[in-house]
Amino acid sequence: MGVQGIGARALRKEDKRFITGKGRYTDDMTLPRMTYASFVRSPHAHAKIVSIDASAALEMPGVDAVLTGEQLVGDGIGNLICGWMIHSKDGTPMKMGAWRALEPETVRFVGQAVAVVIADTQGQARDAAEAVLVEYEELPAAVTSTDALKEGAPQLHPEAPGNLIYDWDIGDEAATNAAFDAAAKVVEMDVVNNRLAPNPMEPRAAVADYDTAEEHYTLYTTSQNPHVARLVLSAFYNVAPEHKLRVIAPDVGGGFGSKIFIYPEEIVALWASKRVGRPVKWVSDRTEAFLTDAHGRDHVSHAELALDADNKITGFRVKTVANLGAYMSLFSSSVPTYLYATLLSGQYDIPNIHCNVKAVYTNTTPVDAYRGAGRPEATFLVERMMETAARQVGMSPAEFRRKNFIRSFPHQTPVIMCYDAGDYDATLDAALKAIDYDGFPARKAEAARRGKLRGMGLSCYIEACGIAPSAAVGSLGAGVGLWESAEVRVNPVGSIEVLTGSHSHGQGHETTFAQLISERFGVDTDTVSIVHGDTDKVQFGMGTYGSRSGAVGMSAIVKALDKVEAKAKKIAAHLMEASEGDIQIEGGELKVAGTDKKLTFTEVALAAYTAHNLPEGMEPGLKEGAFYDPTNFTFPAGTYACEVEVDPETGKTEIVNFVAADDFGKIINPMIVEGQVHGGIAQGVGQALLESVAYDETGQLLTASYMDYAMPRADDLPSYTLLTTETICPGNPLGMKGCGEAGAIGSPPAVINAITDAINNNDLAMPATPQRVWLASRAALAQAAE
Amino acid sequence: MYETQYHRASSVADAAALMEKAEDGKFLAGGQTLIPTMKQRLAAPSDLIDLRNIAEMKGISEEGGAIKIGAATSHYAVASSDVVKRLIPGLAALAGGIGDPAVRHMGTIGGSISNNDPAADYPAALIALGATVVTNQRSLSAEDFFTGMFDTALDEGEIVTAVSFPVPEKSAYSKYPNPASRYAMAGVFVAKGKDGAVKVAVTGAGQGGVFRVEEMENALSSNWSADAVAGISIPADDLLADIHGSAEYRANLVTVMAKRAVAAA
Amino acid sequence: MTTVSMTLNGKKVSANVEDRTLLVHYIREAQNLTGTHVGCDTSQCGACVVHVNGEAVKSCSMLAVQADGAEVTTVEGLANGTELHPVQAAFREHHGLQCGFCTPGMIMTAVDMIRRHGAHLDEKTIRHELEGNICRCTGYHNIVKAIKAAADQMAAMKTAAE
Repeated sequence: MGVQGIGARALRKEDKRFITGKGRYTDDMTLPRMTYASFVRSPHAHAKIVSIDASAALEMPGVDAVLTGEQLVGDGIGNLICGWMIHSKDGTPMKMGAWRALEPETVRFVGQAVAVVIADTQGQARDAAEAVLVEYEELPAAVTSTDALKEGAPQLHPEAPGNLIYDWDIGDEAATNAAFDAAAKVVEMDVVNNRLAPNPMEPRAAVADYDTAEEHYTLYTTSQNPHVARLVLSAFYNVAPEHKLRVIAPDVGGGFGSKIFIYPEEIVALWASKRVGRPVKWVSDRTEAFLTDAHGRDHVSHAELALDADNKITGFRVKTVANLGAYMSLFSSSVPTYLYATLLSGQYDIPNIHCNVKAVYTNTTPVDAYRGAGRPEATFLVERMMETAARQVGMSPAEFRRKNFIRSFPHQTPVIMCYDAGDYDATLDAALKAIDYDGFPARKAEAARRGKLRGMGLSCYIEACGIAPSAAVGSLGAGVGLWESAEVRVNPVGSIEVLTGSHSHGQGHETTFAQLISERFGVDTDTVSIVHGDTDKVQFGMGTYGSRSGAVGMSAIVKALDKVEAKAKKIAAHLMEASEGDIQIEGGELKVAGTDKKLTFTEVALAAYTAHNLPEGMEPGLKEGAFYDPTNFTFPAGTYACEVEVDPETGKTEIVNFVAADDFGKIINPMIVEGQVHGGIAQGVGQALLESVAYDETGQLLTASYMDYAMPRADDLPSYTLLTTETICPGNPLGMKGCGEAGAIGSPPAVINAITDAINNNDLAMPATPQRVWLASRAALAQAAE
Repeated sequence: MYETQYHRASSVADAAALMEKAEDGKFLAGGQTLIPTMKQRLAAPSDLIDLRNIAEMKGISEEGGAIKIGAATSHYAVASSDVVKRLIPGLAALAGGIGDPAVRHMGTIGGSISNNDPAADYPAALIALGATVVTNQRSLSAEDFFTGMFDTALDEGEIVTAVSFPVPEKSAYSKYPNPASRYAMAGVFVAKGKDGAVKVAVTGAGQGGVFRVEEMENALSSNWSADAVAGISIPADDLLADIHGSAEYRANLVTVMAKRAVAAA
Repeated sequence: MTTVSMTLNGKKVSANVEDRTLLVHYIREAQNLTGTHVGCDTSQCGACVVHVNGEAVKSCSMLAVQADGAEVTTVEGLANGTELHPVQAAFREHHGLQCGFCTPGMIMTAVDMIRRHGAHLDEKTIRHELEGNICRCTGYHNIVKAIKAAADQMAAMKTAAE
C-alpha cells in the first residue's frame, strides 16, 4: 500500500478478507467435540418459577445436559453486576436487584433465561429446549417507566422499593430556580426518547472451551472489549481466575454498544463447558437478539428553558425518567446520568442548569449504552428545545442558536464538563451554506405547488468522547479506569506489530493505526500489523466504545512510539557515531542531520536484536509498551441540517438533503471517518423515522423480528453531504476528538425539527412514522382551519 | 425447524400421489413464507412436497385474450416477462414489487395465492382482473378461490397449477408498504376490463384478506379518473390495525393508493 | 438424512444432511464455507444471499435438498483466483463495508443486480434493489457508490471487449 500517513484516504487493510468471505467471526469457529446450547426462556414478563421439569428433555436424542439456575447458583457463579455506582441525591447508593445468568426464582422480562440445554447439534438442542417444562405463576407486570413509578405498581426487586433505582441530581437547583423566577419567557416541552434495539448484523455468539488438564478456559465471543469481559467473568462471576481464562473477540460484526456488556449466555457457555467437559457453542438468533441484547435510550423528560428579554438563555431545567429495564446492565447506571445530563449545556452558554433523573426498573429487556449512550438523549432534548424556543420567540432557529453559542474556551459548563476547544459558528456556517439555507423558502414554495410539505431542521450537537480520565470517572462512581494501552513491537527485520487494547468491529483500526506508524517512521503500511482482540496476545486494554479508539487508543500508541523512537535514535546515533539529537527519522530511514549518513529502519531494528553493538548498558530488543490515561474528555461538535418533504396524503417523509458539518479535530483517514458518520446518521435517522421497540401492556415484545422492527434500508435513506471543520483537541497528542457516535447523536433532532417545520405542528414523537406524521399534519391543518 | 421429509415431485400427478401418502404433508412452492414459518417452529409438516421443479406448472403464455401463468412461475419471471409487461403492465409491476429481488427469484404465484396472506400482493390482482385459478381438479374464479385470511377454497391435496388473467383495457397496482416488513399495509389494484367493467381490489388492509370496493368501482365506471375515487373513503371497521397503522390510517391509505393506481393505469 | 449434492463454486460436493437443513447451514457447516452469514430469522437481512443456478436467493429460506443438483456460487467463489471480481474490488475502493458481516450478501446481491440491469443502474434503482439486504454500519451511502462504480466499470469492460 506504500507509505500512507495521517490524513491519507488509505483503503482498508482488513477488507480483503471480508470481501472474499474469509472473515473469521465467532459463529465460524468449530471445535472438535463441540456441543450446542439452546436457552429456555421466559414467555412471561413477570412470573414466579414454580418448577422446572427437564426429564423429558434429558431423554431426547443428543442431549448432554439440561442446566438450571439452581445448579448455577450452587456452583458459585456470581450475579451479573453494574459497574458504575450512582448515588441518589439523598446520598444513598443505587438499588441493585440480583441478576442471575439463569434465573431460579422470579423472571422479570420476556426472554430471560431460566435453563439451558446442551446437545450434540443445534437442532437437537432446540428440540429439547422446547421439551423443558417450566411452570410459572404469573405476576402483574410494570412495562413503562411511568407505570412502574405509580403508587401500587408491581414491584420487581425487593431491594428497590417503588422500582426506583436512584433519584439523582446534577447542577445548582436553587440558582436554576432563581433564573426561572427572573425569566422574561419560559419555554416548556415534553420529550420522549424512544427505545431502540441496537441490531449489529452479527448476532451475539460464544464458543466456550474448558481444558480439563490445564483447568483453563477459552472463550471466543462477540465482544467490543475482551479484556473487560475477562476481568468481569473472573472477578465477579467466579467462572475462572483471570490467568486461567483467555477471551478472544475475533472479527466482530458490529457492536454499537451492545457488545460491551457481559451477558448471561457467555457466562453460561463457559460454565456449561466445564460441566459437560466439551466445547459449547451458542449463537443468538435475531429474535433472541431483540429479546436479550441490551436496548438503548427510553427516556421520558420534561424540560423548561428560561430566557431573558433579549432571548439569551438564562436557565435550563430538566426532569427525566430513565427506563433501565428489568436488571441493571454493566454500564446502565452511567448512561442517563454522567453520559447524559453532563451534556445538557449543548453548544450554548447557559449559566444555570439543573437536572433530576429517576432511573426505574420495568419488566422489559435491560437498557444500556447504544451508539451515543446518553448523549443522543441530551442532544435531542437540547436541540428540540432550541428549535421550539426559536419558533416561540419568533427568531430564526439558526440565529437563536448563534446568539447563545459558547465562544470562548475553555468553557466550564454548570454540569461538570469543561469544553476545551471548538468553533460552533464555523460548523453552523458550513452547514447553512451547504444546504443553501437562504434558498429554502423558494424550495418550500416549489414543493407546495407539487402538493408536498417541505421543512428544514437544524441540530447543533456536542458530545463528550474519548472516555475518559480514570481518576475523574472513578470519582463519579466508575468501577474501572478508562485508560488504554499499546505495545509496539519492532521485529528484527523491521516489520512492526502494534498490540492495542482497542477492538475493531468495523472501525478500521488495522488501517488507521497502521497509518499512524507509517506517518511516524515513513514505513509502508504493509509492514505493519495491528493485533487486537485476544487477551493472550495483548496486554490489558479497555476496548472500543464511546468514540475512544482514536483519542485514547491511538494516544497510547503514540506514547509507545515515542519510546521506540527514542531507543531507535539512541541505537542509530551509536552506530553512526553521531549525537542523538542529530538523528532524524524520515522515509523509513534514520539519518544524521546535515550529513549523508543514514541507516534504514530495518538495519536499526536488526542491530537492536543482534545486540552486537549497542550503547553501553542498553537492553537488547526494540519493543515498548505504554498506558495512556486521558486528561479530559474530547468534545466533537457540529451542525446537522436536514431538509425533508412530507407527503401529506400518506405522512411519508423523504429526506431530500442532509448536511453534516463536523469538527472532529485531527482526522487520520477521512474515508473511514466519513463511513463512521454515514453509519451514525443512518442510525439516527432510523431512530427519528423508523425504529422503536414496542411492548404490549403485559410486557410481550411486539417488535421481535425485522417483520415488526423497522430497520433502515437503503431506500429509506438519502446520500449525505459531509463537511468537516477543524479545531485541534488540546488534550491528546494527535489532537483527535472522535467520530464514531456523532452521526447518531446529531441527526435525530435535525430530522424531527425538519418534519415539524414541514407540517407546522411541533407535537411529534419519534419515530415519526408515516401514520404519526399523517395524524400530526392533519391536526395542524384542522387547527389552522379553526 | 422440526425435522421433515422432503420429496421432489416430478409432475402434478406425482405431487398429488406424494401428498396422499404423507401423514401431515405440505406443498412447498417457492418456500419464501413456508420455510421461514417452519424455522420459527410455527409449522411442522411431516412431509414437504416440492412443486417448484414441475415443468408443466411453469411458464407464461398468451391464450385467447388472456395470459396464463403456471403456478410454479417465479415473481421474477412474471415481472420480467415481455408478454406480461406488454399486455398487463400493472401485473408485471406488482410482481416486481413483491418482497425483494432474492425473494422474487424463489417465490411463485401459486404459492403466494395458496397461502393467501392478507398482506400479499397477488390476491388483489387476481380479484381485480377477474382471474381464473386452475387446479389439478377444477377451475374456479378468483372470487371463489379466496375465502378469507390465510384461507382458500383449495381442498386437501388440491394443487393450483396455473392462473389465467384476462387482458384488461388498463390496470395498475399501487401499494403502501409496511415500514418494517415491507408487506402491503394497503395495496390497491384497479382494472378496467375490455368489456368496460371496473374492479377495485384491496389487499393488506382487510381483516378478511383481499376485498373489493364497489363504491370506487361505480365511480370509476362513470368517470375513470383519480378524482373520481379521491372523495371515497372506506369504513375502518373491518380493517387491520397494528403498531404500524390503525384501521383509520389504513382506510386513508386505501383511498390514496386507489387514486395513485388509477393515475398510473 | 439425505445425500445432497451440488456444484459449489465450480466444485462437485456432496454431504449427508437432515432434510430440515437450510442451504446456508449446508454451505457453512457441511462444506465449511463460512463467508455466507445468518443475520436474521425472517429472510429480510440478506447476509445469506448466494446464487443458485445464476440467480440470487436467500440461502436461509431454502432447504439444502431443494438445491440438490444445482449450481451454487457463494462469495468465496466470486474471485477469479487472486483477481477480485469488480464488485468486490469496488466495495473496497469505495469503503462499502465496515464490520464485514453483511458484505458477502451485499456483494452477491450486487452482482445479481448488475447482471439484470447492466449499466443502467442509477442511485434510486440501486437503493430499491437493496430492499432485501440490511447493513447497520455504512448507512448504505458507500455501498450504493460501490455498486454504481462496479456497474459502470463492468459495462465499460463489456464494451471494450465487443
